[in-house]
Amino acid sequence: MSQKIYELKNITKIYRNEGKEFTALKNVSLDINEGEIFGIIGMSGAGKSTLVRTLNRLEEIDEGEILYYGENLGSLRSKELRKKRHSISMIFQSFNLLTQKSVLENVMIPLKIAKVPRNERKKTALEMLKIVGLEDKQAVFPSQLSGGQRQRVAIARALAANPKVLLCDEATSALDPKITEEILDLLQKINRERKLTIIIITHEMAVVEKICDRVAIIDNGQLAEVGEVKEIFAAPKSEAAKHLVFPNSAKDIINPYDASHPDSRIVRIAFDGLSANEPFISNLVEDTGRKVNILSANTRSVGGIGFGQMVVELPNEKEDQQIVLDYFRGKGLSVVEVNE
Amino acid sequence: MGDYLKDAIILGIGETLQMTFFSSVFAYILGLPVGIILYATASGHLLENKTVNLIMGTIVNILRSLPFLILLVLMIPVTRLIVGSSIGTTASIVPLTVGAIPIVARMVESSLNEVPSGIIEAGNSMGASPLFIILHFIIPEAVPSLLLGGAINVATILGYSAMAGVIGGGGLGAIALQYGYYRYEKTVLWITVAMLVIMVMLIQESGGFLAKKVRKS
Repeated sequence: MSQKIYELKNITKIYRNEGKEFTALKNVSLDINEGEIFGIIGMSGAGKSTLVRTLNRLEEIDEGEILYYGENLGSLRSKELRKKRHSISMIFQSFNLLTQKSVLENVMIPLKIAKVPRNERKKTALEMLKIVGLEDKQAVFPSQLSGGQRQRVAIARALAANPKVLLCDEATSALDPKITEEILDLLQKINRERKLTIIIITHEMAVVEKICDRVAIIDNGQLAEVGEVKEIFAAPKSEAAKHLVFPNSAKDIINPYDASHPDSRIVRIAFDGLSANEPFISNLVEDTGRKVNILSANTRSVGGIGFGQMVVELPNEKEDQQIVLDYFRGKGLSVVEVNE
Repeated sequence: MGDYLKDAIILGIGETLQMTFFSSVFAYILGLPVGIILYATASGHLLENKTVNLIMGTIVNILRSLPFLILLVLMIPVTRLIVGSSIGTTASIVPLTVGAIPIVARMVESSLNEVPSGIIEAGNSMGASPLFIILHFIIPEAVPSLLLGGAINVATILGYSAMAGVIGGGGLGAIALQYGYYRYEKTVLWITVAMLVIMVMLIQESGGFLAKKVRKS
């Protein structure tokens, strides 16, 4: 069991503005393990950005506590907190590079803050630029770079002080899909090679699917669901999770199709990577003689493993329905009723 | 136009440049820190401090709202104390500096305010101290805007320096007043005006040029 890098205990954050209160986070508790890529996903305004900002105390919390390697972040004095922040790096949607400084100077700045001797700064900064593949751009200014390159510089800068965790606040949201893919590949590579814990805030399910090990779903300031990405994709439990896994409207998920007969039932079956290769429906017909009506089907790749899901209408007779359900369950598929 | 007039104008240009230069330097030495403090202590900023901000802001506002001509007169005793005389080019530098400090301070404050908050957030997330963020994040990012503001301020000081001629300061302002106004020598008046216009334009253009040159974004 890997060590916990963060333990969030019942954290609540309330914004107060001119007598009005807005609860941005309510009773959120979760743990983040060392070395994992942890996703935090939610609709805009759900509180996920607030949540990631509490992890380096850019936002103060009103209740609860945040343990970072077992130490309560909230009890640190400002000087201690600043020192702690050297090990908690952050990258942003808008990159936040210094426009008046060269790429190299940008990457060197955290080293200056950490009081690394001058002669070592340049060497380390160049190493970081090499990791992100921009060693030839050291003398260039950020405005001369593309969005993807700017985010790479930001990543190099974030890595310079040798952090233990990298917080990514919508780091790919301003980038096009191809560049997003490249940045995510880079983050994954860094996670593996440097054993760096990465926490990713995003509103895009594709980002979570691609690189996250575990994911927390934030809805209306509350933690709706947390778990392995594969499990949540296979069987989302909360409404918020269902909403994200099936981006069509929530109503569609509950009852997307009208049953053709009052007694028929509609179920959703999910395949994991192994079972996706087996021709289930054909086998079902051959083995049991019962037929189902396929209403929709799709597959997607989650963390490199193929996932499939299918919405089918079962036969009308109760007995036949049971046979079909038993058949699916016997094959280890997860079956969820959708018209209840 | 007699040779003595020509000499007077050349001398006047020199005096005007001298007053403008020294007043600008002193006004920035004192006004830049005031501007930085006004910015940093503002509500929601790095070194938020309502008392300091209110006191400094009030002083700056009072000085700024005084018409410069009145400030010139009010400053006479202070100038005498510092320079030993209240007449002449050197003496004019004192009220010019005092008058320019609040203008410089507000201009600096507004340039610093233009720096996007994301830059400050990045500095905070790296564990930089507020002072480090001001010195190494905010001010360098604001340099192009500070230069542009600088050109505007120096041009303003140049304009004020002409006014100093009224109470015995030297420079083109004094020449315009003495020859152009009291002696009805319209040519002299127009020449000094043209000189002042050219100088303001040069200052403005070079400020814009410098700002463009250093701006990397």
